[in-house]
Amino acid sequence: MFDLDKWKEIWATLRSNRLRTFLTAFGVFWGILMLMAMLGFGSAIQSGSQKQMKGMATNLLFVWGQQTTEAYDGLPPGRGVRFNTADIELLRRLPSIEYLAPRLQLGGWQNNFTVSHESKSGTFTVMADYPELKHIIAFEYAAGRFINERDIAESRKVVVIGKAVHEQLFEPNTDPIGKYIKISGVYFQVVGLTRTLRSGGQGDRDANTLFVPFTTLKAAFNIGDRVGFFALTAKKGTDGPELERTVREALMRHHRVSPTDDLAIGSFNMFVMFGKFQTFFLVLQIVSWVVGGATLLAGVIGVSNIMLITVKERTKEIGVRKALGASPLSIVAMVMKESIVLTAIAGLIGVAAGVGLLAATSAILEHVPDSPLGPPNVQLTTVLTAVAVLIGAGALAGVMPASHAASIKPIEALRAE
Amino acid sequence: MLRLSKVNKYYQVGTHSLHVLRDVDFEVTDGEFVAIMGASGSGKSTLLNILGILDDYDSGEYWLGETKISHLSESKAASYRNRFIGFVFQSFNLLPFKTALENVALPLYYQGITRRKRNQIAAQYLERVGLRDWADHLPSERSGGQKQRVAIARALIGKPRLILADEPTGALDSETSKQIMDLLSEIHRTGITVLVVTHDPEVAARTQRTIRLRDGKVVNPLEASASNPGMAAVVP
Repeated sequence: MFDLDKWKEIWATLRSNRLRTFLTAFGVFWGILMLMAMLGFGSAIQSGSQKQMKGMATNLLFVWGQQTTEAYDGLPPGRGVRFNTADIELLRRLPSIEYLAPRLQLGGWQNNFTVSHESKSGTFTVMADYPELKHIIAFEYAAGRFINERDIAESRKVVVIGKAVHEQLFEPNTDPIGKYIKISGVYFQVVGLTRTLRSGGQGDRDANTLFVPFTTLKAAFNIGDRVGFFALTAKKGTDGPELERTVREALMRHHRVSPTDDLAIGSFNMFVMFGKFQTFFLVLQIVSWVVGGATLLAGVIGVSNIMLITVKERTKEIGVRKALGASPLSIVAMVMKESIVLTAIAGLIGVAAGVGLLAATSAILEHVPDSPLGPPNVQLTTVLTAVAVLIGAGALAGVMPASHAASIKPIEALRAE
Repeated sequence: MLRLSKVNKYYQVGTHSLHVLRDVDFEVTDGEFVAIMGASGSGKSTLLNILGILDDYDSGEYWLGETKISHLSESKAASYRNRFIGFVFQSFNLLPFKTALENVALPLYYQGITRRKRNQIAAQYLERVGLRDWADHLPSERSGGQKQRVAIARALIGKPRLILADEPTGALDSETSKQIMDLLSEIHRTGITVLVVTHDPEVAARTQRTIRLRDGKVVNPLEASASNPGMAAVVP
């Protein structure tokens, strides 16, 4: 199958028409490089955004109490809605909730507490949590574990600390597990060290947060039956917005809030946001492919264009070859083979350059903290498919000039002085 | 060797049909050296194209050896050209990006002969036309006479039975023309049939016989004999 002689013949022709060869090759090379750049940029935006979303359940719903704005059931407007432990039972009875994590921030929303270990101290966010939280915000554990059921049941004085807490309260390279830290005068034993999967502001917040068992916090700081807010996830296949409505209605009824008083209870869900993200990525991908595809198409048109010129330019050569006994098929094969070889080589060089470009971009982005762009990833198979399509399309586009070449009458060609 | 009987050829020019060859009748026997003469527009190029299976004719018969050449498929025609006919052109028609050796070897490429083998054979043929030392030169590096020698070597390499030369000396000075005609005569002496299309009486004089064309018709040999001393050998 491999015929060195034919390759030498192809090589000889390509080498003998350097400018033409270069121009064709460059068109293909550029097309592939641009396609890879486009796809790479798209994936950088996507992976950057996904990095922001990483570690968060996508079917997430937050619900918190605000103030009533309407008088209802004999109660005046301007009344604060405060969730309590009875709401936990209420929500646990709802069928479409997958995980329910009642949460409470010590000192209230955006209040930080002084935490100390030996001579070191710092101010951090202290959260009271249930074990279910780990299904809602995913952490990696650098050491130890998260709060478990026994911690809750026995109201143990244990704490899971973030990375920044560890760094500020402990000497470098100290294992914090088993050590005691003091939160607002109460000692807690460290059982876990988290490493957040989130980045940016949320990542910073995670690093500066301590988690204690919900029941412990209530007992230690005498908070009563308060619940700060709920984080919960919807069961797979349930309608997110529907769940949000159900949860809100249940809580409104329980807290004697007017059914029309939307401002009394605040909620935020990730379904809608996630849906928007999905749409955004889809659009981004479509745009990448459309623009990349157009570039590729331009490459193909370039190839066929140059091939057309090639055939015109080589009328005489083709005439001579035919006079010497070249069959029409061998002429078609000659033109096509040259174009395919050229396109393939240029395309693969383009792929190599594209891989280099993406690797370089990746390396640069690594040094940019909190870059909105993630590492650009382009599937090699996607690119190789693009090359294959390019070669195929180039060959296909070459069929017409090639068959035109084959139909050249030797006499006319030889007469063309 | 070859025989034409009542060959007619028309060209369509706009709505008019141009009758280029009219009942062309002649025969060339094996090993003959023949000139075809005629003014421009006499149809001699068309005749050469038909003889070289580069063009088809509309009516009549053309026999090349034992084969009737008529409405051949392109690939069949290509294979006949490759095996039976060697072409020599006025403008040499060498491929500019190939060396002398590669140009000479080209017909063997289309016979599927390996590169090494055909380069070997091509070297022998270059030797035969006295250009062994120029094997690696491109056509642009050589004189017209040398180019034509390369072209002749290329025409010979397929061991054709017929050489068709279209104004082989048209682009050469008289001294070089003489050398090329010497070479063609030498080829003729090896037993190959040679047909030369020319409008140069000196070239025609070096052949054994001249076929004259006027307005697409073969002129009666007796009428023409006076101007062609070579005729005496063939016409009783």
